Amino acid sequence: MNLLFEKSLHGAGMWSAVISRGKRLRLTDLTGGANVSVLLYNAAERTERYNMPDTLKGQHIFYLRAPYCLHSDMGRLLASITADTVGWHDTVCGHSDAARVLAKYGANNYQQASNDWHRNGHDCFLIELAKWGLGKKDLVPNLNFFSKVVADDEGRLAFVPGHSKPGDFIELRLEIDTLVVLNTCQHPLDPEPLYQQRPVKLEVFSGEPPALDDPSLTIRPENLRAWENNQTYHTLRCS
Amino acid sequence: MTESTLNPDAAVFREVIPAGDWWVHEIKRGQTLRILDLEGNQAADTLFFSAANPTECYSADRTIQQQAALYLTTGTQLMSTAGNALLTITADTCGRHDTLGGACSRESNTMRYAHDKECMHACRDSFIRGAQEWNVELTKRDIACNINFFMNVPVTPDGQLSFADGISAPGRYVEMVAEMDVVCLISNCPQLNNPCNGWNPTPIEVLLWTARFISPESSQPQAR
Repeated sequence: MNLLFEKSLHGAGMWSAVISRGKRLRLTDLTGGANVSVLLYNAAERTERYNMPDTLKGQHIFYLRAPYCLHSDMGRLLASITADTVGWHDTVCGHSDAARVLAKYGANNYQQASNDWHRNGHDCFLIELAKWGLGKKDLVPNLNFFSKVVADDEGRLAFVPGHSKPGDFIELRLEIDTLVVLNTCQHPLDPEPLYQQRPVKLEVFSGEPPALDDPSLTIRPENLRAWENNQTYHTLRCS
Repeated sequence: MTESTLNPDAAVFREVIPAGDWWVHEIKRGQTLRILDLEGNQAADTLFFSAANPTECYSADRTIQQQAALYLTTGTQLMSTAGNALLTITADTCGRHDTLGGACSRESNTMRYAHDKECMHACRDSFIRGAQEWNVELTKRDIACNINFFMNVPVTPDGQLSFADGISAPGRYVEMVAEMDVVCLISNCPQLNNPCNGWNPTPIEVLLWTARFISPESSQPQAR
């Protein structure tokens, strides 16, 4: 794998890019306690998008870790988790908005604080989505990499502080040409009283599509069938 | 469990939705919607949109975040993508409704069960047709993660998730009052490959009552 691209996000960083099939996207938590909110779309047919319910029910799991996969709403895989030192990534809590950030951290607008002003995940997603022709209708439930939220038997949720450590990383292999949209705003249920977005390093590496014995495809028969749907898609679409 | 005080004979609207059908209808602010599980263990896949601006719609993650809990029951506010309460659940004789299972689709059935299940009728096709028939045409992009009334998708503390046998029964219902004018889109789930409909999809009934007085507290978050 050759390093093709590297970038660090500081503060409430946001980023989006189309990454082609087989390449790896690695996200590294530089100081611990990071949160990266992520959404994925088929780059060619952007109405096909990451789907929280299909990802969870297809793999009988409430959170994500290696070697599980990120499923689209069309029965296909968008990405597989090929490396992961964290072990639990939240799938259900969404992102903050301006009202929640104001209530939690107080007012701090651009006039007062310049680029240290308080941002929120909702605005960051909508800004990056708009650059690819997408909008509010495309802002569906997102992933929160590096954050752990557990449910008790009654379904009550609890954020687990101190989950991700300095240097922890997660690596995705894209299984279809994918638009990745992300930001580093704090998790909406993070009880940390300080507005403090943690820095994250992004790296993209070259890579190849998986072999049939890849752990992401063998961990669940559903993943193999979804990957077979990817193969059909690519066979029909590509020259 | 909270029983309703509303009399079905006083409902201004009643309609039975057969298994596998869709239903789309406007519910005015202050009106109460009841979804009635006529024969038991029948998943009612449901989406809500702001009638004034359908770009604002039900958000599973906002609803979960608002109450810091997964399941829906009496007191739950169903939140929109813009952070507003669409409806509040006011009565519930089932006790738990699902936010995570989403809707079945022909495509996801191939992933979940087998490639030859692609031909079977599925909720997302019903959602697409119902959405297209609303006054303002809605499309696949408008179909986000829905509520599954009467469906049981337990999550364990160690993070496992399953589609379990239903906890509903004949005659159980859930009731909610609209906090703004909303459009309700229901797919009465046709799924035959898992126990979400007790392996036998059956009809549900929807009932509407005219506006009740909305107290100022009803727009505040309620303890669950």
